[in-house]
Amino acid sequence: MKKAFRRFALVLGAALFATAAFAQAPRDGGSLNLIVNPEPPTINLGSGKLGPSSFVGSKIYEGLISLSPKLEPIPRLAQSWTISPDGKVYTFKLRPGVKWHDGKPFTSADVLFSFKQYLPATFARTKLIMDQTASIEAPDDLTVVFTLKQPYPAFMYIFEATGGTIMPKHLYEGVTDYRTTQVNNTIVGTGPFKLGEWRRGAFIKLVKNSDYWDKGKPHLDNLFFHIVPDAVGRSIAFESGKVDAIRAGDVENFEIARLAAAPGVGLTKAGWEFLQPVGFLNMNLRNKPLGDLRFRQAIAHAIDRQFIIKNIFSTFGEPVNGPFPAGYVFRDTSVETKYPYDPARAKALLDEMGLKPGADGTRVTLRLLPLPYGETWQRLAEYTRERLNAVGIKTTIVATDVPGWFSRASSGDFDLAYNFVYLLGDPAIGVSQTYLSTNQLNRGTAANIDGYVNKDVDALLIKAEQETNKTERAKLYSQLQKTLSHDLPILWTHQMVMPTVYRTKVKNLISTGLGMNENFADVWIGK
Amino acid sequence: MDRLLFLARRCFKAVLVILCVIAINFALIRAAPGDPATILAGEAGAVDAGFVERIRQDYGLDKPMPVQLLTYMKQLLSFDLGESYRENRPVKEIVLEKLPATLLLTLSAFFFSVVVGVSLGIAAARRAGTLLDTLITAGSLVFFAMPLFWIGLLAIVLFSMKLGWLPPYGMSTVGADLTGWESVLDVARHLLMPAVTLGLFYVAIYTRVTRAAALEVMDQDFVKTARAKGVPEGRVWRRHILRNSVLPVITFISLQAGHIMGGSVLIETVFAWPGVGRLAFDALFQRDYNLLLAVFFVSSVMVVIFNLIADVLYSIADPRIELQK
Repeated sequence: MKKAFRRFALVLGAALFATAAFAQAPRDGGSLNLIVNPEPPTINLGSGKLGPSSFVGSKIYEGLISLSPKLEPIPRLAQSWTISPDGKVYTFKLRPGVKWHDGKPFTSADVLFSFKQYLPATFARTKLIMDQTASIEAPDDLTVVFTLKQPYPAFMYIFEATGGTIMPKHLYEGVTDYRTTQVNNTIVGTGPFKLGEWRRGAFIKLVKNSDYWDKGKPHLDNLFFHIVPDAVGRSIAFESGKVDAIRAGDVENFEIARLAAAPGVGLTKAGWEFLQPVGFLNMNLRNKPLGDLRFRQAIAHAIDRQFIIKNIFSTFGEPVNGPFPAGYVFRDTSVETKYPYDPARAKALLDEMGLKPGADGTRVTLRLLPLPYGETWQRLAEYTRERLNAVGIKTTIVATDVPGWFSRASSGDFDLAYNFVYLLGDPAIGVSQTYLSTNQLNRGTAANIDGYVNKDVDALLIKAEQETNKTERAKLYSQLQKTLSHDLPILWTHQMVMPTVYRTKVKNLISTGLGMNENFADVWIGK
Repeated sequence: MDRLLFLARRCFKAVLVILCVIAINFALIRAAPGDPATILAGEAGAVDAGFVERIRQDYGLDKPMPVQLLTYMKQLLSFDLGESYRENRPVKEIVLEKLPATLLLTLSAFFFSVVVGVSLGIAAARRAGTLLDTLITAGSLVFFAMPLFWIGLLAIVLFSMKLGWLPPYGMSTVGADLTGWESVLDVARHLLMPAVTLGLFYVAIYTRVTRAAALEVMDQDFVKTARAKGVPEGRVWRRHILRNSVLPVITFISLQAGHIMGGSVLIETVFAWPGVGRLAFDALFQRDYNLLLAVFFVSSVMVVIFNLIADVLYSIADPRIELQK
């Protein structure tokens, strides 16, 4: 009897397993409906590097590699690669038989063109890193060799699709200005999807590339990117079933829990491993009294960062005390100086500086530039104003739109400014730019717009960028975190946790460290 | 002949108005902090030192403003609206792509508001002091007082989410690939909510203006005379009262032309309607100067045309008003 039962159980188990396996087999066909917001100016991933362009363009164009959730390289247009022991020579073997969407073959000439000509002209980040290469060569049609002037361990991170987009050389013969040429409006990539139709203001339709190099993929027939300019409209688009997923930022954080509670809807925080956004308050050290460490410490003690995460960002955040958030490489919390919420300490520090409150309680007046990216950031600015007012730092919010914010922030026309940066996998790419004293004004808002000057930090950053020994590199970055968290050139408010809400029938929506910027070749829709 | 001369004079004035609008807007948008170069640089994340300057040179933004304005005006005279910094495409192409959607929306809203507004106004005047009059007057006040976007959102919640009658956004069903009449019907279903929402504010105005005017006209001697002559009541209303009541409505029509473009920015945003209003909004936030100026150009041309139509309508409604004056 016992035996019979065991056999029955075994058969049942096997049957269940088979059913489960069958259920997990990808289904081909169907359309996936998404929202892209705002409408991208271009979906050419080579010339458009903003979020919306990356989101759509990453399905059409490819890089040499992609990145796993642990940020290990995954083959894409490159099949394999080797790095020389001295860390200076990167050799990529390209995938044979890959075709551009117009039928022309993809070769090493395209890679050379992309990294020698196109990307340095259109994308500053790639240019800055490519300036470190001594040569780029293609010994044959399927091999590319990058030789660096000095080791740069973060080098692999420039080859994912959104930063290291491989562009079709044959379309750009005779073109001189790659940024402004109309050829950029011809959308030809090697990716799993091709441009079907772009009805401006309404939707972008991508169709399956049946000639895709990864045979049997993509599974989906079409991708539709709906253009819905209003945040409430985007919630409604998801709730009414018109779209299958919404990305972080499409709706305000406080809407997420409600949307995710619907039946058949899932929420994931994965897929931001590469971008890793960190929110912070820039403090202009050029302006008195912000140059005084005690004043910055007072600001840090006056603001309750747990409150910010819990109540303003609706729990989508993690506390940070320095430039390296949780999960980021080389993070070392043991060396951090922490500035907990303590308004009494803030007041004491201001008293110590001799900033006594006047008759109305005001010690000093500052201008705060909020990040004009929606209601949540506006609330953050209002909360900050109230907390700073409470300790006698009278803060006025300077209303501005996005261009005004870019202009004021990058030119140093602020006292306090909310901001965030993407950390891009490695501190050499994502951290250095914000603290190097040589990278200050009019170089974008991820630069050292605070005017922080510390020669030791400069030396540490440059040394760590080139150090190939991982243990040594970790030591250097520990020292950096120790110095920065003490010096407080920036008040790191929170690690931004980015929710994606999606229908659970959509499978493999987020499978790599690039998240929704992956190429969607593996995505399929279950029943 | 007089009429032609009048039109010629009005056209000349119109060109002057449009040029002034362009010049003022040209200066105003450049007064706002941030230009396309800072935006592109900001969005690039990291840039090298010469990046911003190179972009300014590419787009001629490094030249003094009067020189830029003169260059722009010269281009405009040859109907060249320039290129969008943002999309790397001719501005004319972008605007023409979106203009039909806006014209469809605004003209539908316009006809809806005139027809419904005047009808309700006359109905209210005819039954002045009754429950119907109170209902119409109070109802119009509600729509006059409520912000457009709010009415739009409530309509979406009711008609799309709760009742499921109408699509919540867009101009057509994405991915449906409809053709012929099916496609026309699809657009009509999408048009209904935004057009009615956009029109409601002016329905309220036309209702109240027509009602007031009709009440005034219906006591005039010529109406009494018509009735005394034995003219049927329906004809009295159509030929005598209505015709004389619509003069103030015509005045508002010319005003509405300007407002309706502004309103369409909101409505196009709420209903994701792919039109020029939304384009202006986006262009402003990108400091896409050429695109923004082109939208101003188109909307000022529309206002001028509406005013011209209003002038002609005056003379038709009341032949005592002569065009040449």
